Amino acid sequence: MKLKRIVLACATTLSLVAPALAQESVFVPLFTYRTGPFAGSGTSIADGMHDYLSMLNERDGGIGGVKLAIEECETGYDTKKGLECYEAVKPKGPVMVNPWSTGITLPLIPKAAVDKIPILSMAYGLSASAMGETFPWVFNPPDTYWDGMSMIIKYIAAQEGGLEKLKGKKIGYLYLDAGYGKEPLPFLDQLSKTYGFEQKLYPVPAQEMQNQSAQWLNVRRDRPDYMIMYGWGAMQPTAVKEAAKTNYPMEKFISIWWPTEDDAKGAGKEAVGFKTLNWHAATGDFPVIADIRKHVVDKGKSLAAKDKIGTVLYNRGVYNSMLIAEGIRNAQKITGKKVVNGEDVRRGLESLNVDAARLKELGMEGFTGPIKLTCADHNGHRPTFVQRFDGEKYVKITDWIEPMTDKVMPLLEADAKAYAEKNAPWPKRTEVCDVKS
Amino acid sequence: MFYREVGQFKTTYAADQAIFPIRQDRIGLAIILFAAFVLIPLLGGEFLIASVMIPFLVLALAAIGLNVLIGYTGLISLGTAAFMGVGAYACYKLSTIFPQVNVLVWIVASGFVSSAVGVVFGLPSLRIKGFYLAIATLAAQFFLQWCFVRIGWLYNHNPSGAIEVPGHTLFGIPVTGPQATPITRYYVVLVIVVVMTWFASNLVHGRIGRSWMAVRDMDIAAQLMGIKLLPAKLLAFAVSSFYAGVAGALMVFMWLGAAEPEAFNINQSFILLFMVIIGGLGSLIGSFLGAALIHVLPIIVRFLPDALGVPVGAATVEHLTFVITGALILFFLVVEPHGLAQLWRIAKQKLRVWPFPY
Repeated sequence: MKLKRIVLACATTLSLVAPALAQESVFVPLFTYRTGPFAGSGTSIADGMHDYLSMLNERDGGIGGVKLAIEECETGYDTKKGLECYEAVKPKGPVMVNPWSTGITLPLIPKAAVDKIPILSMAYGLSASAMGETFPWVFNPPDTYWDGMSMIIKYIAAQEGGLEKLKGKKIGYLYLDAGYGKEPLPFLDQLSKTYGFEQKLYPVPAQEMQNQSAQWLNVRRDRPDYMIMYGWGAMQPTAVKEAAKTNYPMEKFISIWWPTEDDAKGAGKEAVGFKTLNWHAATGDFPVIADIRKHVVDKGKSLAAKDKIGTVLYNRGVYNSMLIAEGIRNAQKITGKKVVNGEDVRRGLESLNVDAARLKELGMEGFTGPIKLTCADHNGHRPTFVQRFDGEKYVKITDWIEPMTDKVMPLLEADAKAYAEKNAPWPKRTEVCDVKS
Repeated sequence: MFYREVGQFKTTYAADQAIFPIRQDRIGLAIILFAAFVLIPLLGGEFLIASVMIPFLVLALAAIGLNVLIGYTGLISLGTAAFMGVGAYACYKLSTIFPQVNVLVWIVASGFVSSAVGVVFGLPSLRIKGFYLAIATLAAQFFLQWCFVRIGWLYNHNPSGAIEVPGHTLFGIPVTGPQATPITRYYVVLVIVVVMTWFASNLVHGRIGRSWMAVRDMDIAAQLMGIKLLPAKLLAFAVSSFYAGVAGALMVFMWLGAAEPEAFNINQSFILLFMVIIGGLGSLIGSFLGAALIHVLPIIVRFLPDALGVPVGAATVEHLTFVITGALILFFLVVEPHGLAQLWRIAKQKLRVWPFPY
């Protein structure tokens, strides 16, 4: 009991000491995971996010003349630690949070409106949060997992020569048996009925990520014409290796946007032909990356390993930070204030419009496509392309593929409605709207 | 000097059988309760209450549950997190089916559901012992976690696969959901934990607790003395799962606000097991000390560089936290293998005879 008292006393003093921060800056906390079982992917994302924002600080002196106070909080991809991070940064007035884990995003969604801190969960989290009317504080651009599924199916159809040619085909779906992997199931079911293909499901339990022999034994038996993967962490390299071992044609193995170069490299030459979706470049040949190298990496202010700069997930971190920065910049433009807060940045994100001209200004021409958000649409449903692994890196092989928005929207609407009902009393939207459509 | 029972005479049996027979202990307890009920909500920041105290209390409650099983009855269990999950999912289901009923009723009621499940998985404990029982409870862990992932009915077929806590009120004050302030949630958790700790303390000091300890020390001897093993062991499982279940419900409703099945994974079971072992087997104080060491200490370590003004990267801090916490766990186990509770007992004994140790 004595110890407990001492511990409590220490904690009290610490919690009083912690929130001391200069107000002449915009506080951007980054929830990262450089430790834990997912550190392999988390480190690159963290470096990308961190380096882009520090580059803005170094090169432009922040955004609109205000420095960004960047602070990383280590979550280890653990929901409990993530919530701890949230509580730790909350008193410092963050302009937004990037949870980088669906598990952390879900408990934060209802809190966002109360704490006035917008959530940017980039292409993960709750798909229904794309509906801005129900979730004014949550943003998940540029795509939901349903959009991703529809684009993969469209790509497969293009290989076969049209959506009607899907009839009678067998498409296998290998997924992480958790909320994330299960989310596309009803949608896949609907698509298989519409287009007449047969779906084969191969769930991989989270604790069995590195042991997929059972699933791949079934793949060998079923011989699906195409395989789709929604994996994460150690599940991805294992799947690629197992596919190679099973002699599954790698050219017909397509994943959602999370695999890294290393995930494929593990399987050696056999992995050539493995495909994933992506919405941004996977190389470092862009002015924006050059600026990061010049202002951050060469000055020794980055933690990133040199060879990781310009890889898929590093660039995704950069893209994420670009959204953060543009959201803040927009907020400054709308409100006329220099030091913006969470409420302003929510408006900034809602009226986000990064068009081709702006991308060029950012040094991101050809890096990614334009994106525009509105009050109703917090996602954008942007097209993606398919990239193919050539043994060393991913190479873009298709043009932009548009998602089947007409099929995805009704599902999102139904889901958002169901969420609001289940979490009644869900607050009605009262937030101002700057961009109607 | 201060801690001496000289002059405190007991004139009734009740006084002699009291849990805290020494006046100084009672004063100490009063101070702790005063601190918990008044000082912390008054002086502590939101972070202290929401991220330190609420998790600490919830974990301590789960550790008490596990301690009943391992520390008092000698049955090793690796399924605590799963039983917490049963409590959480039961509470979620009950509160969504009957939203009119107060959520606190369901938090306590979900303990009974967890209890029933615990009894079922406790049945093999009559036949198997020690490590073999640990493996049997491991089955509970995996099976129940599988249910949380696979049975859509349990999470109301949410597309996210997670359980989300809607807002509930108590006397018009929101106690769950985003509107509930950390202080409200803290008081709810604190009251439940204090009442349940008091109950557990009475349980383990009474006839039932003694029969558990007899079973722990040698079950054949206990049987010869007339203790029925099956009811004693099953009751231990029931009580333990009840505590775990309530702790699980509190964890989701009062602390996390939404949970994926991953929150109740084997890792969580191990962490609770560590809390019990490091805190002290067969000690309620030990459950609190263990929870403090495993949960609160890393938070303090994480804040140290910041407070001292030393700039260290977030990941480095995390690595340091692991190293320091690990080293401290080793240190405490080397200094006192019977856990922090034993250290506390030794310290009390030393104080009692100070300054003339014999």
